[in-house]
Amino acid sequence: MVQRSSTTGGYRRDDGAHPPYLYPDYRATRLRAPEKPLIILPHTLSEVTGPAYGHGRMGSLDHDLTRQFEGEPLGERIIVHGRVLDGDGRPVRNSLVEVWQANAAGRYAHQGDRHPAPLDPNFGGAGRCLTDDEGRYRFVTIKPGAYPWGNHHNAWRPAHIHFSLFGPAFATRLITQMYFPGDSLFGQDPIFNSVRDPDARQRMISTFDLETTEPERALAYRFDIVLRGRDATPMENHR
Amino acid sequence: MTPELTPSQTIGPFYHFSLPFQGGEHLVEPDDPDAVRIVGTVYDGAGEPVSDAMLEVWQANRAGRYAHPEDDRDDPPLEEGFTGFGRCPTDSDGRYEFVTLKPGAVPGPDGRPQAPHIDVSIFARGLLRQLVTRIYFPDEKEANASDPVLSSIEDPEFRQTLIATDEGDVLRFDVRLQGENQTAFFEF
Repeated sequence: MVQRSSTTGGYRRDDGAHPPYLYPDYRATRLRAPEKPLIILPHTLSEVTGPAYGHGRMGSLDHDLTRQFEGEPLGERIIVHGRVLDGDGRPVRNSLVEVWQANAAGRYAHQGDRHPAPLDPNFGGAGRCLTDDEGRYRFVTIKPGAYPWGNHHNAWRPAHIHFSLFGPAFATRLITQMYFPGDSLFGQDPIFNSVRDPDARQRMISTFDLETTEPERALAYRFDIVLRGRDATPMENHR
Repeated sequence: MTPELTPSQTIGPFYHFSLPFQGGEHLVEPDDPDAVRIVGTVYDGAGEPVSDAMLEVWQANRAGRYAHPEDDRDDPPLEEGFTGFGRCPTDSDGRYEFVTLKPGAVPGPDGRPQAPHIDVSIFARGLLRQLVTRIYFPDEKEANASDPVLSSIEDPEFRQTLIATDEGDVLRFDVRLQGENQTAFFEF
């Protein structure tokens, strides 16, 4: 029995939803996408385990990006919430969610951001929280602004919030971006459109959630995130 | 109805104020007698250093045990304080560094041991999904030769890109995203 972990099943390789590494319309992929074929990595104990990072490090205001500085940030206050699920619809519990974003004017609190839009001394743009037993997470933040970038003539990124998720294993690690419904900038954005399947693209767009809005206070958007599911030979057989 | 996967998107260039954390590149204290320094530079297809990448590592402890419930073996033991996780952004010259332990061997498919290795995820602007590779150790010639993952790479030069080089004080593991000497990456 000592070696039983070595015989567990891996994670499903249902990766058609992900963008290709090379997507020439997104210029930075041209010199960074690997050219040689990828080697298939069996999901060994190394890949079905993964870091349980962030549990001891949570501050009480880490999830509220509007209260991390002395004053209130400028912009439209919003609640962003949802569930993190695995590919079989089960909640991903007690797992770290990290977010970062531009401020309401479309400027990141980052030295490298040269967009001449104002910084907001009351907005840092970084947040984190752990999912609960139902896989739920919740952030309070400011709706980020769109911003220009140098990819092509008159290129603008649609408003978005970056999300970083771990899930239970090395193989479930995911970094993605959440978009807002009805953004007029989708059509010209190569990062959004690098996801070739139109249905998969829609899954990166949050939905307006009237029920969760707080009257007199904040609008709400819902964004559910689905990580990879387990192969048909489940771990449960061994427990 | 089973829910469908959320697609990956690039980390972009502006993650630094959120993701890196104090001590993220130190999996053990540098004065640990078994501490190993792994250094490297990430290069793009033009041979230019990539100054806005982020590397994450995941590994077993020195005895070959993962700090994770799914590694439910009774032996080898866990090690207090060793999480096996590290995170390091590249600097303006494309360099990263981890201070860690050489992990023990862990079981592979069929229960055969795998050579000591560190799983690596690489994120960067221009990478729409993370790249995954592995760091193997140069002083494990025999174990490397029989490692099931390394052995699955036919071209010996390509295979060699996964084995760090011994520079005396440090182990070097450079990452080349493209080109003739491209690092081997995995479909994970």
